[in-house]
Amino acid sequence: MDNLLVAENICKQFGNFTALNNVSINIPRESIFGLLGPNGAGKTTFLRIINQITMPDSGVVYLDGKALHPNDVGHIGYLPEERGLYKSMRVGEQALYLARLKGLTKAEAKEQLDYWFTKLDIKHWWDKKIQELSKGMAQKVQFVITVLHRPKLLIFDEPFSGFDPVNADLIKNEILQLRNEGATILFSTHRMESVEELCDYMALIHESNKLLDGKVDDIKRAHKTNTFEVGMNPFNENELLAELKSNFKVGKAQFKSLSDDLKLSIQIKPNESPNDLLQYLITKSRVNHFVEVVPSVNDIFIKTVTRNE
Amino acid sequence: MNNLNLIIQREYLARVRNKTFIVMTFLSPLILVGMFSLIAYLSMLNNSETHTIAVKDDSDLFKGEFENKEEIDFVDVSSISLEEAKLLVKEKEYYGVLYIPNTQDNVELAKSIRFFGKEAPSIGILRQIERTISENLTTRELISRGLDISQIKAAEAQVDIRIENFEGKRTSKMSNYIKMIFGGAAGYLLMMFIIIYGNMVMRSVIEEKTNRIIEIIISSVKPIQLMLGKIIGTSLAGITQFTIWVVLGAVLLFITSSLTGMNLMEAQPQMQEIEQVSNGEIQQLIIDITNLPILTLIISFLVYFIGGYFLYSAIYAAIGAAVDSETDTQQFMFPIILPLMLGIYVGFFSVIENPHGTVSTIFSMIPLTSPIVMLMRIPFGVPWYELAISLIILFVSNAGVVWLAAKIYRVGILMYGKKPTYKELYKWIKY
Repeated sequence: MDNLLVAENICKQFGNFTALNNVSINIPRESIFGLLGPNGAGKTTFLRIINQITMPDSGVVYLDGKALHPNDVGHIGYLPEERGLYKSMRVGEQALYLARLKGLTKAEAKEQLDYWFTKLDIKHWWDKKIQELSKGMAQKVQFVITVLHRPKLLIFDEPFSGFDPVNADLIKNEILQLRNEGATILFSTHRMESVEELCDYMALIHESNKLLDGKVDDIKRAHKTNTFEVGMNPFNENELLAELKSNFKVGKAQFKSLSDDLKLSIQIKPNESPNDLLQYLITKSRVNHFVEVVPSVNDIFIKTVTRNE
Repeated sequence: MNNLNLIIQREYLARVRNKTFIVMTFLSPLILVGMFSLIAYLSMLNNSETHTIAVKDDSDLFKGEFENKEEIDFVDVSSISLEEAKLLVKEKEYYGVLYIPNTQDNVELAKSIRFFGKEAPSIGILRQIERTISENLTTRELISRGLDISQIKAAEAQVDIRIENFEGKRTSKMSNYIKMIFGGAAGYLLMMFIIIYGNMVMRSVIEEKTNRIIEIIISSVKPIQLMLGKIIGTSLAGITQFTIWVVLGAVLLFITSSLTGMNLMEAQPQMQEIEQVSNGEIQQLIIDITNLPILTLIISFLVYFIGGYFLYSAIYAAIGAAVDSETDTQQFMFPIILPLMLGIYVGFFSVIENPHGTVSTIFSMIPLTSPIVMLMRIPFGVPWYELAISLIILFVSNAGVVWLAAKIYRVGILMYGKKPTYKELYKWIKY
């Protein structure tokens, strides 16, 4: 598979504290990759290593097949978790400065700024000082500064923390669009829903170790429990329940339904077919609802973490 | 290199555009000139005040001896008693009563003269009175011992030792003062510059940390580039400020002195000594100033300024990176101020006493004090090899300190919410 970024056996220690223990991660080109983990797991340290802010004790990071070089900063856009801007500097001037630090010429930077400021409708902020902007406005400027130099690899550390819902949605759409235009996106989060919504790939880091990684769909498939949620009106409830309980693992289920259903979750064995279950159920009741339970990232996360403790 | 230029540019503009910077740049010379004018005015006021002293001369020896001068009027009150004289002085708010008792023996008389006043008289006035009486009594005593005054006057030798160096250049006795003033001013200026602009570097590092922009920047540039850019940019802003001060100060001084019509130079105390020097000496003084190694002084000021300022700014930057707010910097300030103060004191006490003594020489080699102490020594003439050694030590240790500071800086700027100890800083160096 074609990977834009390959991190091999990254180790990093701060004094006696191990921040990353032999972590290897591959990020496929033009994908959105979610780095998951609880606070303090080592996500930010990993992102800082990719950004060459921190040097790993051992291990190599390859970008586009070549070991990471200081000049690669121009190919990477980074929105750190701790973000801010010079308060007394004007928006335009500041954006120009930061873009030029990334290697753009003044003319290129101006052109890109013009494009983004028009797109996000913030052109009239050019001469405002950051301290005059609201927090949400400053966040937009920060986002523009991150993507301004059209990097191949975009890194967002907790992109949705601190953003208000309107901006968070805007950022989400921009991220998707940037991916469609050819950028590869790596973001870290401890909010599982955003992984469900956005990510093609994910990796789970817990206490400095990578616990699992891969395509989000593959991971979900691997974690499926063969459980189905069923909503029905049985012809004879007691008889049905007794029969089901003798053949399957049956539990109560919670979901929304229009009719006054009996709601159950039924787990079949891996070699059994859901068709057989459904056929049986149809003979015994009116079936309104029959859905396979897809494990949420949250479930997978909790399961994996507790299994490793 | 390109990025370093960008950072220097931004740091320079950020400093120069700062409102406090602008206000201070234009206000400081005004304040300074205002202060000088006030001092000059006050000392003029002080001098123009006339004191009246009542003289009760029972010995009758000093009739007409006390001449009225600009600041002292003498009133003869010999006809009334001492008690009456005291009352009169109180009533008329005179400065005091000078009481000369009637004693025939000159030596005895010299010991028994009294001055009564509300408060102790100024030393200057007392000296004048003492000199008048003492000259008078000496002459009398000489006459009474049968000596010829005119002979003695003729025999008095006026000694004026001419000072020349081995190359035969004449220097005046004032020359050492001049050297001291030039060297001292250069050293003092350097210290002020280091403290003011070092602090500025530190504050700007803290600002970047509290603004949380630091991580965005160091994902584009190396921390050491940012640190160096900051130091250079701030120093350029400092040089701009000093240049404006010098120009503005000169203009303002010229304007005020021509407007008020007072000669500010006269108000300065060291000039009183010059007054006693002959005209020829003043010319010699000017020659002395032009004889100073001005070019060496300017070049070495620049070189030592760069060396010393970088050394201290790097430390300031490291401190700024290590802390979260300015209030946390206190514990690290003392070790910075100490060597600077030491430099100044060694300069003012040791260098002036003996510019080429062991203490002065050693302190002009230690990198933390050498910029100040060496600058003070240079006007007295320092052998080139000493200069070379001192500069080599300064710049080698400079590289070392910048390297160490960069290590602390690199770790520190990403640390939040920790109040660092020296032990912690040592650990950061090893990361």
